[in-house]
Amino acid sequence: MPGGWLEFELPLVQLEQRIRDLQTLAGKQGPDVADELRSLERKADRLRRKIFSKLTPWERVKLARHPRRPYTLDYIQHLFTDFFELHGDRAFGDDAALIAGLGRFEGRPVAVVGHQKGRNTKENLRRNFGMPHPEGYRKALRVMKLAEKFGNPMLSFIDTPGAYPGIGAEERGQSEAIARSIREMSALKVPILVFVTGEGGSGGALAIGVGDRVYVLEYSFYSVISPEGCASILWKTREKAAQAAEALKFTAPELLKLGVIDQVLPEPPGGAHRDGAAMARTIGETIRGALAELDELTPEQLVERRQDRFLSMGVFDGGTSGKEIE
Amino acid sequence: MSWLKKIISLPRPQQRRQMPDGVWLKCPRCGEILFRQELERNLWVCSRCSKHLRLSPEQYVRILCDEGSFATLFGGIRSSDPLRFRDAREKYSDKVKRAQRGDPEREGVMTGRARIAGIPLALAVMDFSFMGGSMGSVVGERIAKLIQLALQERMALIIISCSGGARMHEGIYSLMQMAKTCAQLARFQAARLPFISVLTDPTTGGVSASFAMLGDVIVAEPGALIGFAGPRVIRETIGQELPSGFQRTEFLLEKGFIDQIVPRHQLREALALLLKHFSDSARCTRVSQSVPPREPRMHGQ
Ligand SMILES: [Zn+2]
Repeated sequence: MPGGWLEFELPLVQLEQRIRDLQTLAGKQGPDVADELRSLERKADRLRRKIFSKLTPWERVKLARHPRRPYTLDYIQHLFTDFFELHGDRAFGDDAALIAGLGRFEGRPVAVVGHQKGRNTKENLRRNFGMPHPEGYRKALRVMKLAEKFGNPMLSFIDTPGAYPGIGAEERGQSEAIARSIREMSALKVPILVFVTGEGGSGGALAIGVGDRVYVLEYSFYSVISPEGCASILWKTREKAAQAAEALKFTAPELLKLGVIDQVLPEPPGGAHRDGAAMARTIGETIRGALAELDELTPEQLVERRQDRFLSMGVFDGGTSGKEIE
Repeated sequence: MSWLKKIISLPRPQQRRQMPDGVWLKCPRCGEILFRQELERNLWVCSRCSKHLRLSPEQYVRILCDEGSFATLFGGIRSSDPLRFRDAREKYSDKVKRAQRGDPEREGVMTGRARIAGIPLALAVMDFSFMGGSMGSVVGERIAKLIQLALQERMALIIISCSGGARMHEGIYSLMQMAKTCAQLARFQAARLPFISVLTDPTTGGVSASFAMLGDVIVAEPGALIGFAGPRVIRETIGQELPSGFQRTEFLLEKGFIDQIVPRHQLREALALLLKHFSDSARCTRVSQSVPPREPRMHGQ
């Protein structure tokens, strides 16, 4: 992965670099390069379409995990003013893999939670590659309750390989922390908007994912298990991750088709990592629209609809409705 | 323990293939050769090492419920194959068919009404023999429906968990069952009705990280594996061996995540005591403004 670029996007990145070099050159020289520039740009457009119009699920996984992909703190910087980070679960410690805080969206007070990955090895050790421990989820829940108390909308950004599977995490009740967060979120009396911005890794993602609206960025995925984990169990080798990625139907367009999310948010040409500011603008417009809709509902209506939404999820034969109960 | 005798004298439904047929069995933990009939009398607990062998839902019903009180509900909710999932070896739909073993109602959980010590309740018992008790759409829907029923009729809820977690063959739908069951539980618990969660071997993944860990009271059988991640995944992640007893019932008690370890022989008595406690409390509780004033009490005798 030279320069942190993926193999399949590298030809495009190199071509774009040539265009930029030529533009710099053109600033000094005559009109000779104009034709060449135009043809190169056309070529880049074609190449971009060629690469991104038929991405395989596995390529989407790689984009979702792109080391240059914007993370929660990047979105926070673009979207909110007066951001004030809140640390700690008030019981055990602080978890840097999951950040929480208060801020303002277009002047309006909001609360924010989100997974946070590191940009480099050192930061990733601190952030545990975006894999929270129980104290991370307990911090998130604490801030959600704070939002409820003061009537602030909750914004949640999901980007995690999963909740951390380790000794300390088990000792401190990873299951309990996730379960409680899911239950409490389903009954929280303020609007909750969820954005899956990268990897939506199973229970560790859902723990902050029970929202009134759930949006998934175009090249993000949201899955019950990682493609590698699924492959190692059902194909007996992690090498078959690409096949598992297809079988699990977890890409943004597939999730929309399955009816478990509200909308796929289009990414800038080449992916969110090529233009984080543009991606943040799209998210911002989405927040504005959704909050305007949800502001019309009473807290009780919000909770009832949110719970109904998740109660309706699943596909099975027979026995629907409450008939058997009557 | 007079109830115990009653259980033993009950006509035996056809035996599930949890145990190989035969007169003698070998304990998987201590290797003791056990006489089948004796093992059954001992509620499938090894007389030498106390290993609690895995039970079928029907066996739990026989051990725990008042005779003839259990009635299955929601058996009509059955598996489909929303993703048309197939792995290296076979289609999910074929796997389901095989796990049904001729009974189309069989799934990862059995749900219904029951009575324990005369107290009516909603009961779910997970079935590990059906794809590891994994939670897909059917398990989620049956449990959600059962909780809804318990809420409408103001009954106590008991769920006996035995599951490896989410059923990945149903992809994102199986993950969403965690949210579904928790959302229904949120409604149930807001109505101040009691949920007793019983953890058995194993209770992990998407089941432990949803309803199983949300009981008002949580009890577990001895020696059960209980945790979020499976030991193999943790071992591979941290690259070292796990301490002995890690993620076992006794470990969870020590860490503060379950209320009591209850051996199988005492499970019925323990559940009866808790059910009585909660139904008598409900009768005594004065209703506050925040709960619907209509029927303050949960159903008692
Ligand atoms: Zn033994």
